[in-house]
Amino acid sequence: MPFMSRKMKNSLFGYLFIFPALIGFLLFYAWPAGRAVGISFTDWNLLSEPYYVGLDNYVDMLEDDQFWNGLKLSAYYVLLNIPLQVMLGLFLAVAMDRLTKSLFVKAAILLPYLLSNVLVALVWLWMLDPILGIVNSLVSFFGLTPQAYLGDPDQALVSVAAINIWRHMGLCAMLFLAGLQTIPKYLYESASLEGVTEFQMFRKITLPLLRPVMVFVLVTSVTGSFQIFDTIAVTTAGGPLDSTRVIVYYIVQNAFSFYKMGYASAMSVTLCMIMLAYTLLQMHIMRASESDLN
Amino acid sequence: MKIQRLTFTSLAIAVSASAAHAVEIKYVLWDSNQLPAYQQCATDFSAKHPNISVKITQSGWDDYWTALSTGFVSGTAPDVFTDHLAKYPEFVKNNQLVDLSSYIERDKLDPSIYTDGLYEVWGKDGKQFGLPKDWDTIAMIVNMDMAEKAGVTLDELNFMTWNPQDGGSFEQIVRKLTLDKNGNNATSDKFDPNNVAVYGYQNPGAGGMLGQTEWSHFAASNGFKFQDKPWGSQFYYDDKSLADTLDYITGLAKQGLSADFKNTQSLGSDSMFIAGKAAIIPQGSWMITYFDNNVKSKYHWVPLPKGPSGKRATMFNGLADSIWSGSQHKEEAWQWVKYLGSADCQSVVASKGVVFPAIKGMAEKAVGAQMQRNIDSSAFLTMSQSETYLPPIAKNGARIDSTMESAIQSILLGKESAQEALSDANKKVLRYSK
Repeated sequence: MPFMSRKMKNSLFGYLFIFPALIGFLLFYAWPAGRAVGISFTDWNLLSEPYYVGLDNYVDMLEDDQFWNGLKLSAYYVLLNIPLQVMLGLFLAVAMDRLTKSLFVKAAILLPYLLSNVLVALVWLWMLDPILGIVNSLVSFFGLTPQAYLGDPDQALVSVAAINIWRHMGLCAMLFLAGLQTIPKYLYESASLEGVTEFQMFRKITLPLLRPVMVFVLVTSVTGSFQIFDTIAVTTAGGPLDSTRVIVYYIVQNAFSFYKMGYASAMSVTLCMIMLAYTLLQMHIMRASESDLN
Repeated sequence: MKIQRLTFTSLAIAVSASAAHAVEIKYVLWDSNQLPAYQQCATDFSAKHPNISVKITQSGWDDYWTALSTGFVSGTAPDVFTDHLAKYPEFVKNNQLVDLSSYIERDKLDPSIYTDGLYEVWGKDGKQFGLPKDWDTIAMIVNMDMAEKAGVTLDELNFMTWNPQDGGSFEQIVRKLTLDKNGNNATSDKFDPNNVAVYGYQNPGAGGMLGQTEWSHFAASNGFKFQDKPWGSQFYYDDKSLADTLDYITGLAKQGLSADFKNTQSLGSDSMFIAGKAAIIPQGSWMITYFDNNVKSKYHWVPLPKGPSGKRATMFNGLADSIWSGSQHKEEAWQWVKYLGSADCQSVVASKGVVFPAIKGMAEKAVGAQMQRNIDSSAFLTMSQSETYLPPIAKNGARIDSTMESAIQSILLGKESAQEALSDANKKVLRYSK
């Protein structure tokens, strides 16, 4: 009898491989998250000793208009962001899959995602400047009315969403492309022998078989964009008139400008719960761990 | 043999330890323009105190305060740091600053060497939390190429008047400098306020609780005052003098004399001035070097206009150096702070001509140093001799700032009337300052 069964050996190797990631997860995610839960029950200004206040922070939070407004803005941002980003990503992926194998095209599409968030935000801040930026110069050149973009309370969040759609659609496209390449070609071949149209093939073959990738893209990009912060910190700082004070920006403001660590932690914990609930729901609805190929 | 070797090793360690005995003091500041001057001070200081070395780190304004407060918590904050009046009350409240009064007494320092008022604002109840390093005032920078073309003389610019009703001679000048796309200025009937090429004046923004470069000078020359006294809990943001001022500033944009608030929040008024889209903007003395490096046209700094009070008014802000209460080397930190506050260091700072040092007479030296680089910064000196007021000093400054920022943004965006927005905001401010 061998010392270990093959199965045991395999899972041991599996654990060995995820070990480095596990350390990172425990040290930089799990432990701070646990700490945040503890801090959320205290009144702590960073500089003096924290003291226990029970559920006070959570009660305050429910009565805080700005908390609800922040959640609302973040949700609104997700709605602005995700459908377009996913659709554009999917379109680019299908187009690349059908039309080109060029590495250059792939690289060009992914490039915005490879730049740092802050850099992208800065570049767009310059380009979208209402008076000095190139976007309004072009707009005027074509005889249209220049806009204030990031400076207008009605346009600021839309502008931030547009910047991030531009940045992220390349990544979506790459993920979808990887998914497309796992779909066996014979399915399409037999479909075309049957005289099925391109659009029907997309609907009946491509989309269903892309489901696991779709779930991954939706879960990561929805939770990611619900936590939008960096672009806003660089371009609008929550303004004008609080029109971009999304929930994460409000949390950071409470923690590091107002020194209300307990309150900021309570909001973070709540946000984490909301995201967790969303993820579980999404995975359940879309049966993420199953594939239709088997 | 083994024992001998061990002894030798421990001896070597002991020797290297005493060689490295020099205590390192960590010092931070936020203005990169000032780094060379203070680096020079640090070098001179270490020559006099061979057992103390100073390590200076510079980081931008926003990161600076976050890094500082997280440093306080994690025990890694610098021994000495450049401190701001708007920020230090929070640190005092949380016992993060060393009271310098016993050191000052022991070393018989004379606070009267500093420009009046600068030392006192860093004290509370007999304790002293910082030693003055410099001061700043506000003036206006004018594009002189544009002024000459419009027939506006330097003399007129140097002696402007302002009032919230008709804007005084200030507004007349702004009208002459504002040009539409067809080249008509704003005194002409043909002027098109919807197609402006050059704005005569540009307000930088909402300005939060201070309005340091935005509105406080206009308002103060119109009778406004922030609070009853430093650390006081009474605020007067709902006063009519401020509402009238903000209505006036909002009105400039409505007439096309300034760009709309919403169009100026990305790159802002400084970039507009540099790009030749604004002819006059207000700015602080800490920006003298920045503008000299970036403005391509002929420009001149002029004093702020005289208001209805008959006087010019400016915020007079003073920075200081503070010692962190968690410093492991307080005595050495004090030696460095004392040196930073001394004529030795401040004359080095003056000679670089970047900011105005706190010690009396040094500002004139700095103006002279700038004159040699062909920069006339005397307007800031004129302003310091006019009616000056300090920034408000209050606990919960960050929350007051956020409240006022929102209120003034809504006024400038035309969403609320000034009086209404300010009354609401002041009620909130009073809750925070209690």
